[in-house]
Amino acid sequence: MKFSLSWLKDHLETEASVEEIAAKLNAIGLEVEGVEDPSARLAGFRVARVLTAERHPNADKLQVLSVDTGDGTPLQVVCGAPNARAGLVGVLGLPGAVVPAGGFELKKSAIRGIESNGMMCSTRELELGEDHDGIIELPADAPVGMAFAEYHGSDPVFDVAITPNRPDCMGVYGIARDLAAAGLGTLKPITINPVAGNHDCPLPIRTDDPEGCPAFYGRAIRGVKNGAAPEWMQARLKSAGQRPISALVDITNYVMLAYGRPAHAYDLAQLSGAIFARRARDGETALALNGKEYTLDAEMTVIADDKGVHDIAGIMGGEHSGCSEDTTDVLLEVAYFDPQRIAGTGQRLNLTSDARARFERGVDPAFLDKGLDLLTQLILEICGGEASRVVHAGTPPSGTKVVPYHPSLALQLGGVAISDEAQKATLTALGFGMDARWNVIVPSWRPDVDGGADIVEEVVRIHGLDNIESAPLPRIDGVARPTATPAQKLERKLRRAAAARGAHEAVTWSFLPEADAAVFTEGNGGLWLLANPISEDMKAMRPSLLPGLLAAVRRNADRGAAGLRLFELGRRYLRGASGTSDERLTLGLVLAGERTPRGWDAKNNGGKAQSFDAFDAKAEALALLAEAGAPIDNLQVMGEAGAQFHPGQSATLRLGPKTVLARFGMLHPALLKKFDIDLPVAAVELFLDAIPAKKAAGFARSAYAPPALQAVKRDFAFLVDAALPAGDLVRTIRGADKANIVAARLFDDFRGQGVPDGQKSLAIEITLQPGDKSFDEAELKAIAERVTAAAAKLGAVLRG
Amino acid sequence: MDYAATREEALARIAAAQDLDALEKLRVEFLGKQGSVSLLLKTLGAMSPEERRSTGPQIHALREGVSDALTARKTALEGAALEARLANESVDLTLPAPEAPRGSIHPVSQVLDELAEIFADLGFAVATGPEIEDDWHNFTALNIPESHPARAMHDTFYFPDSDTEGRRMLLRTHTSPVQIRSMLEQGAPIRIIAPGRVYRSDSDATHTPMFHQVEGLVIDKGIHLGHLKWTLETFLKAFFERDDIVLRLRPSYFPFTEPSVEVDVGFAQVNGADGKSRRVLGGCGDAPGHGWMELLGSGMVNRKVIEAGGLDPDEWQGFAFGIGVDRLAMLKYGMDDLRAFFDGDVRWLAHYGFSAFDVPTLSAGVGAGA
Repeated sequence: MKFSLSWLKDHLETEASVEEIAAKLNAIGLEVEGVEDPSARLAGFRVARVLTAERHPNADKLQVLSVDTGDGTPLQVVCGAPNARAGLVGVLGLPGAVVPAGGFELKKSAIRGIESNGMMCSTRELELGEDHDGIIELPADAPVGMAFAEYHGSDPVFDVAITPNRPDCMGVYGIARDLAAAGLGTLKPITINPVAGNHDCPLPIRTDDPEGCPAFYGRAIRGVKNGAAPEWMQARLKSAGQRPISALVDITNYVMLAYGRPAHAYDLAQLSGAIFARRARDGETALALNGKEYTLDAEMTVIADDKGVHDIAGIMGGEHSGCSEDTTDVLLEVAYFDPQRIAGTGQRLNLTSDARARFERGVDPAFLDKGLDLLTQLILEICGGEASRVVHAGTPPSGTKVVPYHPSLALQLGGVAISDEAQKATLTALGFGMDARWNVIVPSWRPDVDGGADIVEEVVRIHGLDNIESAPLPRIDGVARPTATPAQKLERKLRRAAAARGAHEAVTWSFLPEADAAVFTEGNGGLWLLANPISEDMKAMRPSLLPGLLAAVRRNADRGAAGLRLFELGRRYLRGASGTSDERLTLGLVLAGERTPRGWDAKNNGGKAQSFDAFDAKAEALALLAEAGAPIDNLQVMGEAGAQFHPGQSATLRLGPKTVLARFGMLHPALLKKFDIDLPVAAVELFLDAIPAKKAAGFARSAYAPPALQAVKRDFAFLVDAALPAGDLVRTIRGADKANIVAARLFDDFRGQGVPDGQKSLAIEITLQPGDKSFDEAELKAIAERVTAAAAKLGAVLRG
Repeated sequence: MDYAATREEALARIAAAQDLDALEKLRVEFLGKQGSVSLLLKTLGAMSPEERRSTGPQIHALREGVSDALTARKTALEGAALEARLANESVDLTLPAPEAPRGSIHPVSQVLDELAEIFADLGFAVATGPEIEDDWHNFTALNIPESHPARAMHDTFYFPDSDTEGRRMLLRTHTSPVQIRSMLEQGAPIRIIAPGRVYRSDSDATHTPMFHQVEGLVIDKGIHLGHLKWTLETFLKAFFERDDIVLRLRPSYFPFTEPSVEVDVGFAQVNGADGKSRRVLGGCGDAPGHGWMELLGSGMVNRKVIEAGGLDPDEWQGFAFGIGVDRLAMLKYGMDDLRAFFDGDVRWLAHYGFSAFDVPTLSAGVGAGA
């Protein structure tokens, strides 16, 4: 909402400075987004007198002027205006001044070979009006040499953001009332001289939709002349950012901006039969005055006549029935529309307007007649004509809201003590009434106030929030307890573990291109797809963290990165029960391109660069699961990591056959191609929700003393089927003698000489931990037999 | 026999031995089973007691002298050999060592950890809620009924789906629905912060369609705006590690609070060491060279919201606030482009990210220095 200082002073008697007013507006909740001084744009322009005007020697239409700028030395200026003549007092732009229209800077120059030291300006060039037929002519006694900004006068414009709960402040008058209540001046009463009218309204006015349009007041004014609005009104409208159109249109806009009361003026000649509010019909169309056609539905209200729709009620007038220069008879509409109806209509049509902004927030239902009187008064003054009698169709809501209140609430809720008298004074100044028992009567223009807390807000904001003293929150008794849940602790720990292991944490979008997301959706009930995405690239909620990370890999690779370790810890979005979402914390990690760059040390892969492989992914998965407290010795490596992975170089890590804690491996080359990635990528996805929570049993660990006797190591080599997963053999051997074998570690996987085709040799080192006494030969032999027997169940044969 | 001369001769030969092999040969020659000194020792047995008394010590002295010389020479030769070997093993240590990759924590995560730490000290727990919300939790329960103009202000992302109760599914536009969920799930009293991702259909230099917010909620008895002010001051002072944080409270409007308060914080425009002019929070915004910036929205929780949370608003009251986490990170750590937060550019992450070991703690300070 924009308005000039002079407009504010129409309604507020005040001596306050612009800065004081701006500060007070902020303090009472009318946020000042800016104060603009239009005269600042006139810097460098001066009142100047043309001393002589001679014909330009090289151009018929130009003159060479000698201009007195008050400095004593006249300046030579070339000018093309027909009205430039000796004796004229006008406005000279000096070199360095920026012309408001066009924004170019004036420079000393030569025009057709003659030096020119500035420019005599037209009204339009200074954006003070539309006139461009000649240069500005000021009164002959205008003080030559004065800065034109000073001569023209300064009228700063406030730009104030009005919160949606304050329709009353969507008019300058309402803002003046708030400022007056805050002690910044005196509110001037609105002077209304009702005009009775001397004839009946020539056409019937009705409301056939009392729900959407409870009240439709109107009257005709005949014999008007619709020219330009007077300068003062145009200036007001321009300060509000409105373009003056014609007197009749400007008057309705003026009343809306001054009093928050939208209205519409129809060209009576364009109406036929009766004019009335009614429900729109499904599919009915309306051509609005923005030139666009809107398709309506039966939940919308329109203003129509016997032939068809004119207005989208309360939002925008019709293209054909608005006032034009030829309008001689006008019909005024001042209506009350149901706020919800207007909001719904506006949202569905995606159509905003100043009228909608006011009606949907709730205009003052007690201001219809006053608004109509103000409009009539202005039209008669400016456009002439004769007013008809007023037609009242329907009645606006009229109930008076009474809020039981107690002044102690200001302290109880607002934390600030304000005397009863001060509270009463504030409320009275804001238009509230009250009885002796603090039953507060809410004024008709405050639809937002309906409880004690609202009254507290009124008295506290006018009193000043800066007067609230800080009050410490009471400290909770006892020992500080951790507030983080086990899941939160897990999340924090894993995030830092991944970073400590060398990966950068990324935060990527929750939404993805649908095609990218679709590749990662498997049996999770389908993607969540936005109905109104900001772009097609941000349409599907991610079902996995990998696609977002892969897009980041591509961007980094495009910037020349050769090796990347990126992870993200966040939610993936699945379908949940009852149509809700199932959002699961997941850690995604990608290892792309080079694990080790080429190096000087030939012992390392011959000094060549090494790419990440599936074992790097496995190492990360296990290390992170270990940090998470998962029982990694009990995990099984199983297949089925998913179609996104290399079918032969990927697996899942499971606890039991069903619980998948992680999947890892190389990503499928076809997937990487789809993501436009040339590097090999190993990836891990860790499903935090599947990791079993550690049972908290206090701080004490289970009892343990390091064994006195040294552990014994024994090596075994087995021939097995080449297809046997090595991990199966290791697990089997480890379980062969649980009392004695504390670890089993594979250290060789050999195929070739000495190993039959279709088989491989696996060498495993077992660690045996003796208890009270050392193993004797017989015991060692028995353990070895148990190992070979267990291995034999997998078809493994001990190598001789 | 002149034992002394024999000794001198043996010692000279030992001293002249050039390597361990030569030394070993000398050891055998002198002290081996058939060695010359060993044979001398054997002659003692055939001597008379008088002879033995006079000759014995001389022979023993000879043996000891030779033995000691052999040991000393051996040690010397071994030392020299080791030195020679080591001299051969020298490497150029200006060559690069294998590189250990350095990872980092994203500034958003770091700041969320900092907030959790600061608020834990004030007794706040961390609560969460779904990001794919329904319109009841996101709007209706927060006193934003259907067709309320505030709904339009939120630039909501919708899904075509509804849940089984017919509630329209959407991406939460703020973390405030967690207020409702916390009240319904845990009842009163409540002290929580609820950080997380929120979404608005808005994209330009300073807005991204996804960003992070942290909600604060206190529901208790006798809580008022003074407590809100103190909590915000305390939090901001702790977060920025400055005592001169000054707040300016302005009346505002949010449907879910009444009264509603917009909070500005004073800043100074400061030229950094990198030559860049930045806003540094602290000091009164009205002082010369200072200003106010809008930081967060807050207020006393609206009675209707407390009712929607299943609590009795005549018994319980409290305050709530919401603040942008990304913005806090930018203000504290000096990033100036929000969009870079979500790009995953490793160069940016390496520069603005944090060491895994920069865990915010109260004793070490919740902020991580550059």
